[in-house]
Formats: sequence, structure tokens, C-alpha cells
Amino acid sequence: MAECHPVGFRWVMEARERGATIIHVDPRFTRTSAVANIHVPIRAGSDIAFLGGIVRYIIENERYFRDYVVHYTNAPAIVSAEFQDTEDLDGLFGGWDEETGQYHKKAWRYEGADPEPAAGVKESDEEGQPIQHNPFQAGHSDPTLQHPRCVFQILKRHFSRYTPEMVEQTCGIPKSLFLKVAETLCRNSGRERTSAFCYAVGWTQHSMGVQYIRTAAIVQLLLGNIGRPGGGILALRGHASIQGSTDIPTLYNLLPGYLPMPKAKQDKDLATYLARNTSPSGWWGEFPKYFVSLLKAWFGEAATKENGWCYDYLPALTGDHSHMNTVVNMADGGVKGYFVMGENPVVGSMNGPLHRKGLRQLEWLVVRDFSVTETADFWRDAPEIERGEIRTEDIGTEVFFFPAAAHVEKDGAFTNTQRLLQWHYKSVEPPGDAASELDFIYKLGLRLKKLYAEEYGQPRNRPIRDVTWDYPLEGPKREPKAEAVLREINGYTVADGKPVEGFTSLQDDGSTACGCWIYSGCYRDGHNMAARRKPHWEQNWVAPEWAWAWPHNRRLLYNRASADPEGKPWSDRKKLVWWDQEKGEWVGYDTPDFIVKRPPWFHPSKDACGKDTIGGTDPFVMQADGKGWLYAATGLQDGPLPVHYEPQESVVKNPLYGQQCNPERVEWWRKDNPYHRAYDDPRFPYVITTYRLTEHHTAGAMSRWLSWLSELQPEMFCEVSPELAAERGLKNGGWATIRTMRAEIEARVLVTGRMRPLRIKGRLVHQIGLPYHWSTKGLARGDAANDLIGFVADPNVSIQESKAFTGAIEPGRKSRRRSAAISGPPVREIDPKRWQRDLPPARRKPESQHSFKAGESKKEH
Amino acid sequence: MPSGDGFSLSNWPLFRQLKQRDLFGLEQTAASPRTEALTARTASADRIVPSICPYCAVGCGQLVYVKNEKIIDIEGDPASPISRGCLCPKGAATFQLVTGSHRVQHVLYRRPHGKEWETVPLEQAVDMVAERVKRTRDETWEGTDEEGHPVRRTMGIAHLGGATLDNEENYLIKKLFTALGIVQIENQARV
Repeated sequence: MAECHPVGFRWVMEARERGATIIHVDPRFTRTSAVANIHVPIRAGSDIAFLGGIVRYIIENERYFRDYVVHYTNAPAIVSAEFQDTEDLDGLFGGWDEETGQYHKKAWRYEGADPEPAAGVKESDEEGQPIQHNPFQAGHSDPTLQHPRCVFQILKRHFSRYTPEMVEQTCGIPKSLFLKVAETLCRNSGRERTSAFCYAVGWTQHSMGVQYIRTAAIVQLLLGNIGRPGGGILALRGHASIQGSTDIPTLYNLLPGYLPMPKAKQDKDLATYLARNTSPSGWWGEFPKYFVSLLKAWFGEAATKENGWCYDYLPALTGDHSHMNTVVNMADGGVKGYFVMGENPVVGSMNGPLHRKGLRQLEWLVVRDFSVTETADFWRDAPEIERGEIRTEDIGTEVFFFPAAAHVEKDGAFTNTQRLLQWHYKSVEPPGDAASELDFIYKLGLRLKKLYAEEYGQPRNRPIRDVTWDYPLEGPKREPKAEAVLREINGYTVADGKPVEGFTSLQDDGSTACGCWIYSGCYRDGHNMAARRKPHWEQNWVAPEWAWAWPHNRRLLYNRASADPEGKPWSDRKKLVWWDQEKGEWVGYDTPDFIVKRPPWFHPSKDACGKDTIGGTDPFVMQADGKGWLYAATGLQDGPLPVHYEPQESVVKNPLYGQQCNPERVEWWRKDNPYHRAYDDPRFPYVITTYRLTEHHTAGAMSRWLSWLSELQPEMFCEVSPELAAERGLKNGGWATIRTMRAEIEARVLVTGRMRPLRIKGRLVHQIGLPYHWSTKGLARGDAANDLIGFVADPNVSIQESKAFTGAIEPGRKSRRRSAAISGPPVREIDPKRWQRDLPPARRKPESQHSFKAGESKKEH
Repeated sequence: MPSGDGFSLSNWPLFRQLKQRDLFGLEQTAASPRTEALTARTASADRIVPSICPYCAVGCGQLVYVKNEKIIDIEGDPASPISRGCLCPKGAATFQLVTGSHRVQHVLYRRPHGKEWETVPLEQAVDMVAERVKRTRDETWEGTDEEGHPVRRTMGIAHLGGATLDNEENYLIKKLFTALGIVQIENQARV
């Protein structure tokens, strides 16, 4: 955190000054470790074992925050008798289908769950499994937490083998150090104290990344650290508006505000789509209001009740169309045209050579950035061209490079990692032909409307005709006004165009339009709330008048949990919002994240629906049962509870179960994406992890071209321990070649005691650290670490596993930068039939997850 | 420093150091009339424009100092409750990021099989892109999937990027591309 989010880390330092204990868990000793009270070196890829050990410690020693756990989590809920745990099945949950390589998730449900698929795709799988019947209303719960099938007891059994000894053998963390961490956390919880978890998104980059975060959530719920000041799980994201681009998603599977994209097979019409997504209980009962308002914002007058608000203007999904699938489909000739705006995937994404192979197959590519990135220049500046394996003149891709406007040359809002929309103003005109993406897309839209004007008779062209595209223009270049777009995002009443006050004003009858319901209120009364900059010294410590947070300017989500079941603060020290009996509403320093007039003693009636089912002690209003989920009865692909699996490529056999890897992980078995043995591959004996540096930014487009930053970190290097250096003959300051089946790269060697070998079952495990910022262009250059990494993904979110894999290292500058995607694997292949990856051995990966019929394949020259 | 005719003993640095008990010359006596007259570059700005750091997601406040329609400096904003005036090495380099000579100012075009970039006028380039979008969309349109379910889309066009852009920009990208039937829209959130 000190390295990648230095200014955020100032608050950690301030907390330490006031007596907080800082625990840093990282394979490397970094600038964060240097100021932490405890540094915990861990084997990359073993975090669930570590956190699972803490869960066990909390439960076995009865250190959980009982009042919080009983009232605010699903610990009392009773799970179906069908449920079988990984404890019973050697690392698999019940419901595993060897034929499809997927789980039947019905086996994980609460007792008394509606057996018929009813609704709730938000929380369901592809089959349209229903949202869970609320066990608390149905009477299937045990507040004493004694029922053998209640979530609490299941949790206790599930984590029983995550002992301190097991943690030591799996993570390489000495037992005494582990116990110190667990005890420190437990001591710092209860009514008076809270702890926060901070992670950077490398935590999500594992084949069970979602379950990493889930395990942290279980720890935090057990200790009562969610919805309370000083608590939480805080994702420290890496880009200025990566949160914004998730909320208003440039993501394939979502519409703005986390509304799912329609699925071809299941969502055949509006009624079905709404029924599948509208939750019978909890806040998602409001779903139709948000969806209809979105379609009104997009298709205006054309969207009527009679035509289902133009529901059939939306394209539909037939599987996983996420980034890595797009790239392989591109490499296979199925994608013809590609827009890349402010991203540099041949450096920042995995297996760069495979990306470039994809780019060579395109008919056209549009790149928008400040300077010509490696992605834009792939046709003349790439290792395979330097080696003469590919010739520039043989590449048929047409490439457009558009210079982009910088943030100081345009109005607009970034959403930071705390959900805060912060407006930045245009201060000067962009230079030359540089323009904002807003301007580019707006003008592209106008041209397409014109090009299609003659063909509006065809139904498929009607969305282009009807999409609302009427924004006021301003400035010498006649650019669209960003505030007008913000107004549409906020939402307005269709009749008079007046901005709505917030999402509670939205309707499902076409009378309101709203581009993103969770952002509704950011432009209330016509005021740009994101542009508020009242100095921190003129307001309280929550600073509610600085910018605007979604939803409803709530700075701390689920903050109803900061008060006890009666609505009183758990303690004076940890006061945030509370029930004011005189006013008859929730009040506090922050905006209450709760129905403001709903008293703590409110009990919903049996026949209540939607938000009326939210009881006075249900802080987690977005969940169907209003509780924090220790056990995720629905919504996840790979299990209702986290399980320690080894990464796709590991140096050890899974110490906990026969099942080696996440059984539902997504793999791409292709010649241009070869894998290592699952464990103990003699060719690749070391663990490799990648990371960022303070002085550079992700794939480097915003830092490698700057002399000020390039001077600070001028070239690619690898970090190794003195022990590994001795083992491999590596010299500090010398060169090393690092190799996987995907590619080989070279780097300068940094021998440092900050990298420590770990002792696991008597064996020394070495880890190699690689920053990933460099490539062939800019002022500071070096090989791209991500070239080493293959495509493997988490099954829930399709995020790649890039923070734990195996590889080889040897001294010297021998690299020819060969890669599997061009010249074949740099290391001899072993027949995959000779070694098993997994138990059970027979498994067909779900092809449908990542396939569609590729178009005509363009031959590589 | 004292000019030839202005020299006097009382202005002699050593004398001032002794007189003001600043033996090492590290305190007030180190200042000359010239240094005392100096002001920060930012003081001469015509206007100060509030902004936000474009690097990571912490969202530090920035102030952009503009003089004669040129940015002369970018500093941290002390009023921000998030950053209280601080910027990290990257944030502090924002001035070079936005004013540096690395920024390309013209649209570049590489024709199929071409060996060099060419420049093309902006308007013409946007026209060319629009034509290609239409051609590819029309050629690769899918009305239904293999089982006959309506899909109304093109898999021939894809998009990547968004985490460095503004919300308003992402909104228009998603809106236009969805209306065109493009579903492969992705950004850094998944990488």
C-alpha cells in the first residue's frame, strides 16, 4: 500500500501514530513492511489457507463478536440437508458434475428454499437458479447457533483443518507468527474496536480470487468489522476511474448500476428478464424501476410500455465474452475490429505474444492514447518482428491512432476506490487533434446515425436510430457537454426533464429516465454534486460535502451495522449512525445506509415483498435476507465457502485436499497458451509473483514516457533472495533470464534480503518478484513480465491468475524472447497425458464458457 | 546580491551572520533581497482549476495553475479530505504527463501492410472508422444463436479500456456500442 497508494497510506501511518497495529502480509518485504508492526511473508497463492486459519482461530477460541454474528450475519440460517462439504469429498463440494465440469448449485441452498426457479439472476448462475428463500422469515434459523446444519456449525467444521500447523505447512508462515497475527486481530475487535483489511487488486488475480475476498469477508463478519467505522474490506484499485468503469460498466456482462446484460437462452423477453432479476425480498425488489428507467434514458420516446421499453434492442450474451476470450477469438479470426481506449493490453494483460497474434488477425484497430503505445505499434515494434519471425509488410491490420485529451483538458468525473465521484474541470484546450473520448464517441455516434439513416427500415438498425444522442455542445471544438451526460446518468422526470432527487424517485412506468440508478442523486436539483469541494476543515471527519459518494452520498456501506440491534451505537468510540427515537429516524455523521424511517424493532409481515421484507436488524439491504453472508448459498460458481486450492501452477501438492486446483477455474488449452505441471514441475521450480512500483503506472503508458519517473525506475529487474542467487549463480546487477512455457524474458538482477525463501515441510521454497511496467517503448524500457503468464481465470469474474505461477531463472542475457504464441514454447513440452493435473481426473472444461462460432479465419502470413 | 555601488559593511554576509548569531548562514541571513522577492511560479497564475489526480484510484485532489492558457504547474489540493495537499511521485509528475513532448498531436494511420505511420486529418479519420464499424457490423451481424434464440449482436467488433476514462465517457461508450449490438466491451477492471 505504501508503494502503490502512497497518499492513501498516509492514513495508515496516521492510525499507527494513534496506536493502531499495522500487519503487512506479502511475499516481499516492501516499503509497507518497513513501517508495519508485523510483516508476514507468505507463499504467493496460499492466502485462503492463511485466512482460513484465522477463521478457525476465531471460532475455536470463541473470539467472534456474538451479538453482531447472531443478528447481522447468516450464521443462524439452516442449510439444506443435501449439502456436502469439501471435508467430506476431499476438496469438492456436493453437486460436482464431472461431465460438465461445473457444480449443480442447488445442493448448496438454505433449507426450505423454493425448489422452483423463481427469480434472482443477480444472485444466480447461468441456469437461472432462484434467489434464496429468506430463511429468517421462513423460520429456518437457529439463533443459538447450535443446529448441526446452521451456517455457523458448517463454517466451524469446514475450517476445522486449517490449524496453525497446516497454515505453517501451506503458507510457510511460522506457527508463532501466525498465532500472533490471529490474536492481534481478535484482541482488536468487539464493541470498542475494529480492524480494516486493505488489499490491492493483485488479490483478485488468482484462479480463486473471489474466494480470497470472501475469506476476508468471513473474518470481518465474525469479528463485527463490516459497516462500522475503522472496519471494512477496502479494495485499493489501481486506476483513477476503475470503480467508475465498473459502476458504469465498460464490461460485457453488465449494464449501468450492476444490472445484468440479457442472456440469450434465459431472458427471452422483458417479462422473463425482469422476473429472473427481481428479488422477492431485499432491495433488488426495486429492479424493474432501475431497468425501465435505463431503457427510457437510452431509447427515449421510442421506449414504450407496448414495446417492452425497447428491451429487444439490447444484444444478448451466450457465454463468457470477457477480455481473454475476446483475445483468443481474435487470434482465431473471429474479431475484425477492435477499439482500445487508454489501455495497453500487450503489456498489461497476460501472454502479450498471444495478444499481438490477435491484433495481427484484425482488419482494423483503433487506439486512443497520449503516445503510440506498444499496442498501437504492434505491427513494427515487437519481439517477433525484431527476430524476423513476422514481417511488418505481411500484417494486414489497418491501424488508427487518435491522440487523447488529458484529464485537465476535459470536464468529467472519476469515481475513486471509495465510490466517490470527483469532478475535474477542463483547464486548457487539448493540443492539436487531441480530443476526449466523450467527443470521439459522440461524433462517431453522429456519423453512424447518418450512415445508417437510409437503412432504418431494418429492425436491427432501429436501436441506432432511436438511441438518444442529443447533447448540448460547447467550446471552440463544439464538444458535448459532460454535465449534460451527468444529468442523464443522474436521471430525470420524462415529463419536464427535471433531475430526480435519487433512485427512490425512479419508477417502472416510463415516467422517469436514469442512466445509472446507483449514481442517481449526483445531479440533484441540477447541482453537480461531484464537483463539491468544501475544504475538509469546514466539515466533520466524514467530509460528506466533499464530492459525492454512491449510493445517496453514503460514505460507509451497510452502516446500519455500526449500531446494535436496538439502534444504539455499539460504543461511543465507534459511533457512526444510530436510531433517534425522538425524530423517529436514523441519524448520524454519515448518511444512513438504511431505510431512514424504519425502526430497529420493525418485523416484516410474512407476505411482504421487496424492500418491505427488510427488517429493522437487517443492515445488508442488498442481500435477499438482509444479512452478511458467511456462507454464500447462491451466487458463486466455485463453492459456498472458500477452499484452499493451489494455483494452476504450484511448487507443492495441495496439503489440504486431494483436489489440487479450483475445479471450476477457466482454462484455455491451446498451443499458444501452454501450462506447466500442476505441481513439482522439475523445469519450473520457483514461484513467481508480479507487482507494481511507486514510480510507474500499470502498463506504463502514463509513466514510461515521462523523464521524471523513468529516471527513478529506469529498467526492468527481478528480485531474488541471496539464497536463490547462490543456488542459481545470479549476480546483483547482472542479467537473468526468466522462463515459462509461455515465454522468456530477461531482467537485471536485484539480490535482496527483502525476498525471503520460505520453509515448507522442511523444503526451501523460493519466490521471484517481477515488476510488470516495462516493454519496448517509452524512455525506460525492458521486457514485459506479463509475457510469462498464461490465460487461466477465476470462474466467477474471469480475472486472470497472474500473482502466483511457476517458472525458471538462470543467469545471463541468453534471452531471445521466444514465445509459445509465435515460435513454440521456449521449453520442451511434456506429454500432458503423463501427468494428472487434478482429482477427479476426468473433467471436461465447460467449452460454452468461452466459445462462440468464430468467423472466417484470416490466415497468418 | 549587493551591486557595486550598494555595498556596505552591514550588508556583508559574514557581518550579518555574526550580528544575527547565525554562524553557519543557514537561517535568515542566507536570504538576499533577490531571494526575498521571489514568489512561487504558481502565484503568477491567471486561474487555478480544481482537478483530480489521473493515476491510481485513491483520488487525490489537484490544483491546475493556468497562465496565458497554458498549464504552468499542477499541485496537490490542501482542501481535499483524501489527500490534504499531498501527491505521490506519479501524481507530482502530472504536469509532465499533460505538458510533455511525448504527446502525439495528430491522428496517425497505418494502412494494411504499410511500414510507416502517416498522418490523416481528424475528421477524415473519424469518417473512416465509422465506415469500418458499419461494414464490420453488417458483415458479422448475428440475429439468433445456434439454437435460435435472438442475440441481436455483432461479435466482429470489440472494445477495451475505460478505467482511465471519465464516467461520462464510459457511459457514452456503453450506450453507443450496446445500441450497435457490440457485446465484447471490456476494461482494466478485469485485468
